[in-house]
Amino acid sequence: MSVKLKDFSETEFVVSGSAACAGCPSVMALRVVGKALGENAIMIMTPSCAVASIGLLPKSCYSVPTLNICFASAGASAGGMSLALDALYEKGRLQGEKPTVFNWVGDGGTYDIGFQGISAAAERNDDFIHFCYNNEAYSNTGVQRSGATPLYATTTTTPFGKEVNRKNLPLLMLEHRIPYVATASLAYPMDLYRKVAKAKSIKGFKYIEVHAPCYPGWKFAASDTVQMSRLAVKSGAWMLWEGEYGKLTLNNPTALYAQGKAATIPVEEYIGCQGRYAHLMKSPEKDTYLAELEEEVKRGLIFMAGRAEL
Amino acid sequence: MKKILDTGNAACALAVKAAHVDMIAAYPITPQTSIAEKLASYIGSGEMNAKYLPVESEHSALSAISAASTVGARVFTATSSQGLLYMHEIIHYAAGGRLPLVMANVNRAVCAPWCLYVDHQDSISQRDTGWIQFYAASNQEIYDTVFLAYKVAEASNVPVMVNFDGFLLSHSMMPFQLVEQEVIDKFLPPYEPAWQLHPKWGGTFANVTPSHEYVPIRTRQAEDIMKTGDLIKKFSREYQELTGHWHGDLFDVYRQDGAEVFLLSMGSMAAEMEIAVDMLREEGIPAAGLRLRVFRPFPGAELSQILPQGAKLLVFDRNCAFGTGGGALLSEAKNALFDRRDNLKVAGQIMGLGGEDLPAAYLAQKAREMMEVIK
Repeated sequence: MSVKLKDFSETEFVVSGSAACAGCPSVMALRVVGKALGENAIMIMTPSCAVASIGLLPKSCYSVPTLNICFASAGASAGGMSLALDALYEKGRLQGEKPTVFNWVGDGGTYDIGFQGISAAAERNDDFIHFCYNNEAYSNTGVQRSGATPLYATTTTTPFGKEVNRKNLPLLMLEHRIPYVATASLAYPMDLYRKVAKAKSIKGFKYIEVHAPCYPGWKFAASDTVQMSRLAVKSGAWMLWEGEYGKLTLNNPTALYAQGKAATIPVEEYIGCQGRYAHLMKSPEKDTYLAELEEEVKRGLIFMAGRAEL
Repeated sequence: MKKILDTGNAACALAVKAAHVDMIAAYPITPQTSIAEKLASYIGSGEMNAKYLPVESEHSALSAISAASTVGARVFTATSSQGLLYMHEIIHYAAGGRLPLVMANVNRAVCAPWCLYVDHQDSISQRDTGWIQFYAASNQEIYDTVFLAYKVAEASNVPVMVNFDGFLLSHSMMPFQLVEQEVIDKFLPPYEPAWQLHPKWGGTFANVTPSHEYVPIRTRQAEDIMKTGDLIKKFSREYQELTGHWHGDLFDVYRQDGAEVFLLSMGSMAAEMEIAVDMLREEGIPAAGLRLRVFRPFPGAELSQILPQGAKLLVFDRNCAFGTGGGALLSEAKNALFDRRDNLKVAGQIMGLGGEDLPAAYLAQKAREMMEVIK
């Protein structure tokens, strides 16, 4: 399926009055998601920047019906809502087409506190889409480390750089053998749109993770969110792929890098312009650190290319 | 009406089946488990038209049915002890969100140390979460209270917890009468929510709220919960007219005539207390049993009305209100009576923790000891 900009619907999930930061990746990604899902959808949020962005009662910057529930609840609440809708449609108490139930949750609510519920919903194959917008930290509470924070990035709770690697959560979700898993990037909106539209057409548990560079958290210019997203993909630090029932397919340009048909840009070009790595760039051991990060990227590409052959 | 012999958990599951519940989510915990098992079996065999979500935790069970309730489903879950504690965050969420949930809690002690047997520490620990709390004393009362719980929850948009004692009721066979489905349907028609989260109607649920919006929402919630006492009385009468079943108002009073000493307690202990009252009466002590059916909202005015001038109130708590020197029922009773009465004597005793056996002779002995203290 090839998607063109003119295919995007007029649906807007995000309307005027958002309290989000300028250049917020959650808001940008949710706009594309809304256009792909259409109007018959219900959104569930757990504490995150997206909730802080909603605006104060009684107003909302989201035009889609929205439920804000507790942090660890995303998996179970979306599963419960979707199953309840099945019951109400089967009993004839609601008529027409069942709305798409989806979670819009950050990496904290997905990788960390929410993981148990999301993993369980995946194992049960509950019928909804879980979106993780991954800004690689607890940005809403002032940028603390999460399970998605990459190696050596500083946050307010890793002031000297995180000493351990992030988890490969999309891959963990793929290993649940669910109908659909995808990673996406703000710099590739057609790819994101296509993946959301595909997820919408599938019954069962779908997981889509959107890489979401956060300018105040990562310390870059607010106007560069999309550029930072692109550099992440081009350096190989963020990989684009999708999978069905455990079968993994790498998407371009990641596939080209993995096959050696194109070269990634040096990881320094991606992290060098982020304040969260400034300590590393100024370090006398800068080259050692960069070589290690470069090695991490290479390992990731080799590993995922091998996994794609299974 | 058909009379059967079965356990408290069976009584609970049979009532949930008859209540046209749309969705259930539950996680196993002793001594609740057989409720979840029976409901799964009713749904699996087609006896019950509902969906069942086999969740991985109690936090998820309550999250699942809370979200299910927002789209307009009548929902149910059951838990016990640690499971109830694990739900605590969502227990608050459901009440603040005004979701008409019904949950059965099979009372059990909490850890550490671990203990499988009954006391009320689990549900008492949830007393300030904004749920209505019933305490049943027989399998018949468990069965009947489930229908009343839905009726009250949906009329008030306040969630309801139906509590009953682990093993003593949950696993004890005793006879109880089933009510014909058409009578249940008359009392409790299928759920018609006042609103639903759906693209057809739009809306957001549980937005971020500034103080000047939060305060009136909380105030109204607090006022509405106080009003549910009258709803419970009204619907209990309505149910009695339809079925003949009656378990008392907010209190069930035993041998009130001429009574001067009132033995206040909840749950199955209060059933045993009736024998203790008989024993004290034989000794010439003008005792009465006072069984509290509804702990939240606490019926303070009703308690005051029941007690005559100069009465002695003896409070038997199956829980600890740590740091107060007594149990929660004692604190609640004293709190309720302080502004209303100055001519009463009140004493309290904690007993029956972790399933400690409470034979009538022991209860009567404790009553005598308490009367000595406040003589």
